[in-house]
Amino acid sequence: MPENLKIEVIPEGTVIDHIPAGKWLKVIEILGLTKPNGGTLLIASNVPSKKLGRKDIVKVEGRYLSEEEVNKIALIAPMATVNIVKDYKIIEKFNVEIPDEITGILKCPNPNCVSNHEYVTPRFHVESREPLKLRCHYCERTINEDEIAQNL
Amino acid sequence: MDWKGRDVISIRDFSKEDIEFVLKVAERLEEELNEKGSLDYARGKILATLFFEPSTRTRLSFESAMHRLGGSVIGFSSASSTSVKKGESLADTIKTVEQYSDVIVIRHPMEGAARLAAEVAGIPVINAGDGSNQHPTQTLLDLYTIKKAFGKIDGLTIGLLGDLKYGRTVHSLAEALAFYDVELYLISPELLRMPKHIVDELRERGVKVYETTDLEGAIPKLDVLYVTRIQRERFPDEEEYLKVKGSYQVNLEVLKNAKETLKVMHPLPRVDEIHPEVDKTKHALYFRQVFSGVPVRMALLGLTLGVLGV
Repeated sequence: MPENLKIEVIPEGTVIDHIPAGKWLKVIEILGLTKPNGGTLLIASNVPSKKLGRKDIVKVEGRYLSEEEVNKIALIAPMATVNIVKDYKIIEKFNVEIPDEITGILKCPNPNCVSNHEYVTPRFHVESREPLKLRCHYCERTINEDEIAQNL
Repeated sequence: MDWKGRDVISIRDFSKEDIEFVLKVAERLEEELNEKGSLDYARGKILATLFFEPSTRTRLSFESAMHRLGGSVIGFSSASSTSVKKGESLADTIKTVEQYSDVIVIRHPMEGAARLAAEVAGIPVINAGDGSNQHPTQTLLDLYTIKKAFGKIDGLTIGLLGDLKYGRTVHSLAEALAFYDVELYLISPELLRMPKHIVDELRERGVKVYETTDLEGAIPKLDVLYVTRIQRERFPDEEEYLKVKGSYQVNLEVLKNAKETLKVMHPLPRVDEIHPEVDKTKHALYFRQVFSGVPVRMALLGLTLGVLGV
């Protein structure tokens, strides 16, 4: 059986594959899917994967993810692939990519950064993708993967 | 090079060509000033100096630079006498001040404040220090001072001493020096070492970097010793400050093994890290460094206002 069929096929919604093993909870938190009215979620964790060794899969019934939401996942699961499913068929497929600039998703962890005090959209420039390192557009401080995860 | 309307926010926005250009213009202005006494490139132009944090040298040298260019100055030197106290946002303050002036110089306790001001303002904004982040005009005047003293920057061995962890001056100076062929000695107590990401970046850019706690061991190798104050106000806790306070003092004893031509620099204010007995020696360059603030800031004001015809 193909590894992504271990959990039930969904008629309609979004399949997020190739999430690093153990990160599924963080992914659904970032996407705001932990709320009681968030719809049905099917989760497979620690699934063997050729690409990642082990991976998590999250299937979201009845919800299509927007590009901005995909970017949020990119920060925590840079290898993730997203499939949009309609009538049991994949109608759209995206490979998550970290954009050169990240706007409005992440808060700057520097408490003295002006972006935490004035009416301004937080902005980060991607300095490196592996390991992931961002630089705040305003205070110019760099932040690493752990700090990114804490401030999403 | 078209500088009219450009903001001066971070040394990271500058290329080596930009830096060299500013230094060249500063030198030209210094010569013209020596010949004529005062200039009138900025006649009719108004500089607004917005100092939300105290400063002596930076504010006065910007004001002096604008007056020497024939322009005039408005501004404030503490946030307590402004509408910020009533809760006005930085963005609103900037949008107001730009109605009264042609160029803004800002110092603010928050990191990123100058970048935000530049995004809001339609006129050029020059960063005179944003929290512990950047102070690009200090870096440019430091480079100008070194170049004036040695005729070059390439080939020099430069020691940075003191608080290399929190000091914004040494961070941006090190980043700018990476454009040149220099060796850097980073001399500090263990607790105040230069952040690893900066050291890594310097090495990636081809700078030979040596980290040490031993000032006396490093001194004989140096052409320039750049001393910084250990800044109590930047420490998260008093105990950490007390552990490193007074770690180093540059005095005649320390300098006895130095090269004849060694120059000692300091962004000032100093507390006790350079003994006043050094002031009279040929090593002392820190008051000349203060003087450099004026021609370098004249260059930046003149260029961003677009009045120098270059």
